[in-house]
Amino acid sequence: MIKINKKSDIASSEITPESIYLRRREFMKASGMLGSALLLNPWMTAGASISIGDYKKDVITLDEEITPEDDATSYNNFYEFGTGKSDPAQRSTKFKTDDWKITVGGECEKPGTYSLEDLIKPFDVEERVYRLRCVEAWSMVIPWLGVPLASIIKSLQPTSKAKYVAFKTLLDPRQMPGQNRSVLQWPYREGLRIDEATNPLALFAVGMYGKTMPNQNGAPVRLVVPWKYGFKSIKSIVSIDFVEQQPQTSWNMSSAREYGFFSNVNPSVNHPRWSQKKERRIGDIFKRETLMFNGYEEEVAHLYDDMDLKINF
Amino acid sequence: MSIQELLKSKFAKPLVFVLCLLPLSSIIWRIFYGDLGANPVETITHATGDWTLRFLLITLAISPFRQWFGLSALLRFRRMLGLYVFFYVCIHFSIWFIADHSFDFAEMIEDIIKRPYITIGFSAFVLLIPLAITSNNAMVRKLGRRWKKLHQLVYPILMLGVLHFLWLVKADYLEPGIYALIAAVLLLQRVNIKKWWGPKSSARSENFAQ
Repeated sequence: MIKINKKSDIASSEITPESIYLRRREFMKASGMLGSALLLNPWMTAGASISIGDYKKDVITLDEEITPEDDATSYNNFYEFGTGKSDPAQRSTKFKTDDWKITVGGECEKPGTYSLEDLIKPFDVEERVYRLRCVEAWSMVIPWLGVPLASIIKSLQPTSKAKYVAFKTLLDPRQMPGQNRSVLQWPYREGLRIDEATNPLALFAVGMYGKTMPNQNGAPVRLVVPWKYGFKSIKSIVSIDFVEQQPQTSWNMSSAREYGFFSNVNPSVNHPRWSQKKERRIGDIFKRETLMFNGYEEEVAHLYDDMDLKINF
Repeated sequence: MSIQELLKSKFAKPLVFVLCLLPLSSIIWRIFYGDLGANPVETITHATGDWTLRFLLITLAISPFRQWFGLSALLRFRRMLGLYVFFYVCIHFSIWFIADHSFDFAEMIEDIIKRPYITIGFSAFVLLIPLAITSNNAMVRKLGRRWKKLHQLVYPILMLGVLHFLWLVKADYLEPGIYALIAAVLLLQRVNIKKWWGPKSSARSENFAQ
């Protein structure tokens, strides 16, 4: 189902719906700046911290219909901006992401504070189409732009003691009104085992639909870990720590029996309160079967070979 | 014209009837204008669930409002409001059965048994059925005193409905908490404190009677 194209391959037109293609053309024509569409994001009111410029198209494609951009940018779980699905889009318009800094610490050779720009500059930004499966049993298909998380991690040179990578979201209740209520323990935190974080599928994402990341989707940088439930893909990252012990994660702290550290998409391990066998793809009325590891079994199943996934859910 | 007279006017009932259809009209309107968001099934399920609970609270607020404000005419609307509870819960249940389970009975039963919040919601729905069936005048007459007993089922139904909402949220309990609070006020208002704490009587079961 997934094919990783060589750079020389011709772009398969099937992956991007015509409507998005047409819109992009219109837009570039209107602005007279062909080739740098990313600088022209019409929503960029607050001014994003980075420009992506050229990116490698179709690095990972998917033969499934892409979720309309309007849906992917208006139906979000981003509790920092409120718990309603439309809160993030409505309440993040003034969120400032310029001069974004990320603090790197813990068991690595290159600790320090980096600008996001410097962190991603050495690498090619790639376009990858992934399924996104929310723990609430809905899903989308999104064309992300980003750098392999493995590349970022390698550049920071973790030591042999680095068994896990811990991430944190910005804590700034003035900009993130949802943080004024303790629905979760802020700042939001997530983590991956180092072999998960360096799996080629894990993406350090800075954009989607050919543009910089919209605020409501986790601007300016978020993880995309497509074989795990959506909440593992932490948004608006400000810190990366290499640690020896399994780090605390927000949803696990909120309810450990419902949200495990691994939280791999698994149709045979139900949420204690609802079934995970099926999901509603946004745009559909009826539900479809949920795939093991969200359809990425071939790429990631080996990471969990000696684990009982019913216990380590 | 006093409020009491207004409530008694012959236009009051048709007006309330139409007002109660507004939530449904709004949903239908939004279907046609594609304004239900990225997940219309979820939007409709949540909206009809919300309105089921709201009509339940409104129905149960009739008695205290009559007492507190001396508006005996409010009673005229109680049956209609109660039937709207059933109306909205039927839509709520149907959407879930059709869109979430694609008419798959076995799967639906499994969900009802295994998922406590669904078990509870479904129980509340089932308990509403006899109330809806016995809501006409003939049944009221036929059942006599037993009618009142039967319709006290509305109290457990309210508790189940609120619990259904509380049990399905992920982390933000604010909204179901507000429903729970209003429900608690309406239920506690009916507890006859003197009877409860006073000399023992055999009428305990009637403590919840309006």
